[in-house]
Amino acid sequence: MPDLIAVAMSGGVDSSVVTALLKREGHNIAGLTMQLWNQRRLPEVASETATGRCCSLDDVYDARRVAEHVGIPYYVVNLENQFEESVVKPFVSDYLAGRTPVPCTLCNTFIKFDRFLELADSVGAHAIATGHYARIKRNPETGRYEMRKAVDLSKDQTYFLWGLTQEQLSRSMFPLGEMTKPEVRALALEFDLPVAGKPESYEICFVPNGDYAAFMDAYLRESGISPAATEGSIVNTEGRELGRHTGSHHFTVGQRKGLGIAARDPLYVIATDPRSQTVTVGSNDDLLSPGLTARDINWVSWPGLDALAAVEVRIRNRHVPAPAMIYPISANRAEVRFDEPQRAVTPGQAAVFYSGDLVVGGGWIE
Amino acid sequence: MQHFYFDHNATTPVAPEVLCDLTATLAEVCGNASSIHYFGQAAKQRMERARREVAARIGCDAREIVFTSGGTESDNLAIFGIARARQAAGKGAHVVTSAIEHPAILNACAQLEREGAEVTYLPVGRDGRVNPHDVGRALRPGTALVTIMHANNETGVLQPVREIAELGREAGTVFHCDGVQTGGRVPVDVHALGVDLFSLSGHKFGAPKGVGALYVRKGIALEPILFGGHHERDRRAGTENVPGIAALGKAASLEFDWNGIAGLRDRLEQRILNRVPGARVNGLADCRIPNTTNIRFDGIGGEAMVIALDLRGYAVSSGSACSSGAVEPSHVLLAMGLSPEEARSSVRFSLGPGNTEQEVDGLIEAVEASAVHLRRIAPATSEVMHA
Repeated sequence: MPDLIAVAMSGGVDSSVVTALLKREGHNIAGLTMQLWNQRRLPEVASETATGRCCSLDDVYDARRVAEHVGIPYYVVNLENQFEESVVKPFVSDYLAGRTPVPCTLCNTFIKFDRFLELADSVGAHAIATGHYARIKRNPETGRYEMRKAVDLSKDQTYFLWGLTQEQLSRSMFPLGEMTKPEVRALALEFDLPVAGKPESYEICFVPNGDYAAFMDAYLRESGISPAATEGSIVNTEGRELGRHTGSHHFTVGQRKGLGIAARDPLYVIATDPRSQTVTVGSNDDLLSPGLTARDINWVSWPGLDALAAVEVRIRNRHVPAPAMIYPISANRAEVRFDEPQRAVTPGQAAVFYSGDLVVGGGWIE
Repeated sequence: MQHFYFDHNATTPVAPEVLCDLTATLAEVCGNASSIHYFGQAAKQRMERARREVAARIGCDAREIVFTSGGTESDNLAIFGIARARQAAGKGAHVVTSAIEHPAILNACAQLEREGAEVTYLPVGRDGRVNPHDVGRALRPGTALVTIMHANNETGVLQPVREIAELGREAGTVFHCDGVQTGGRVPVDVHALGVDLFSLSGHKFGAPKGVGALYVRKGIALEPILFGGHHERDRRAGTENVPGIAALGKAASLEFDWNGIAGLRDRLEQRILNRVPGARVNGLADCRIPNTTNIRFDGIGGEAMVIALDLRGYAVSSGSACSSGAVEPSHVLLAMGLSPEEARSSVRFSLGPGNTEQEVDGLIEAVEASAVHLRRIAPATSEVMHA
């Protein structure tokens, strides 16, 4: 089946539209849903009304209905073990190490465009299609696959896709990259998809209601780690204790809410140190950084970098890319100096380099 | 694309003769079998004929057959029916079963445990069989019930039911046998087996889904688990599914050549073992029902193999589906001592009366092609697993 395409179906509107679209274009397709996390596993954080739950039976039900509606074979594949090893465990240990992780990037790099791609290949599909908002195009002159921001900038997901290799890019299709969300919604109605009116999910899929701290607590409890072991103090930039907390993993750089400290001016978390369980808070100005170092860089549209270059750097998902210079330190490590200091540079998040629309590459903030 | 069915242990197509009886009964027999009038009598007669047909198939008296909604209900009725009857009589509530039983048994036993009973789960060997000595050691004065399956649904391996029944009789305990994979397929004589209760499921042998039976030896005290009218001699309340029961009786009276299927199964198995490196049979090969083979393909994901074969038009299975439909490694293979990786690389082929030699040869080709393709994709994994 050389022409078979595997569509990663989540049960949401986006991947359902991709499914119907490819079918209409006459492709030979099969639908697959990845079972990644057992939502019943940590009952204390599960909630029937939780938003953004992936892998719920309802989502599988929806995906199955869409597959039936479109008229394609459909399968659910179990990648729970791989997801826990490659995404959940690093997520938890990053938080415990004082970093603020980006699990969606890990999932894309190690699950969707690795294990899932391999699985698709193993069932005879030469390519996979997903509902991501990003554009891939092969540059005929260089032969390199280039990634660009989605046409709909408000939906652009390139911040989570910078880890893809050339091989992965060559076998991935993002049909929604050229469309706006309203166009996708309109297509869902046009195709009469049973999920056309389904609300969107924004949260990290395995963390119900976006409550990371509760998830972390429940996961640690399941792993036999006592909550008391993570208690510590909240201090100001001079080191004076302003309050107590139950674990530095409850805090992320730039956070303002939930500190439990009364102060004249707004206080923000500016650093967390898991070894001493110290959370340092300060003013908004204390959050500004002139630059950062990025490690484990993956060069996407550019083959690499020999000398300094002017780019725009995005340091979290909704951040507007800021003009900066990157200075290569080694093949996969670089120094970033912003033209203007940026607020809340957070270790563990990704720094993604752009040149206009083009995704140059990305790395992890040290 | 044409699709070929090699998953008869999951369910079988309704046999053409059975379909005739089923539709005829649906169309013509409209009465409630409990009614005293003409219509009721006609329904009752149709049902009792089916009861005799089912009884004849397993060598018991018609009065010893209780119709149910299928294998799961038969298993639940046996387990809770016996446990409650024994408890009501002030006797012990200890149950002995095995780790390779169907979820209908294992989860019923888990519920019994929550209700305060004690359950012993016996291990099995690499051959997939329960050791009768283990049963002997597990029995105690308070043992109410021993429940062991006749043939395992995933490996097809037959269990030493006769020996276990003998031990149970000596110990004065009741013995239930889940015969869902054998009843109606291979010759079964409940007296020769020495069982007190025996579960049957219609859709495993050409009857429709939603009908089954439980053999309850005369003299065995059984409490009901459904409460209502006086149907089935007060053992199973609820208006009888007369068309389904008629179909069950018809299927039980048909003589399909299930043993003839062994030739096709062996052809499939031998050729796969010869042509695909690193393929081996799970479980004791010379002690199986004739239609089943469970093959492990070292270094290959069973789930991927099942999907790849389905996309080529061949329906087989791997592990058991969880609520989402994703595949979990088989608890049966894990209990046999296979590693999770080995369990995940196993595929079950189960044949039925409709399969032809041509279909089998097509399946062999498809398995070989899939295996070659899968190994090409993940050579590293297979090397690791060969080591």
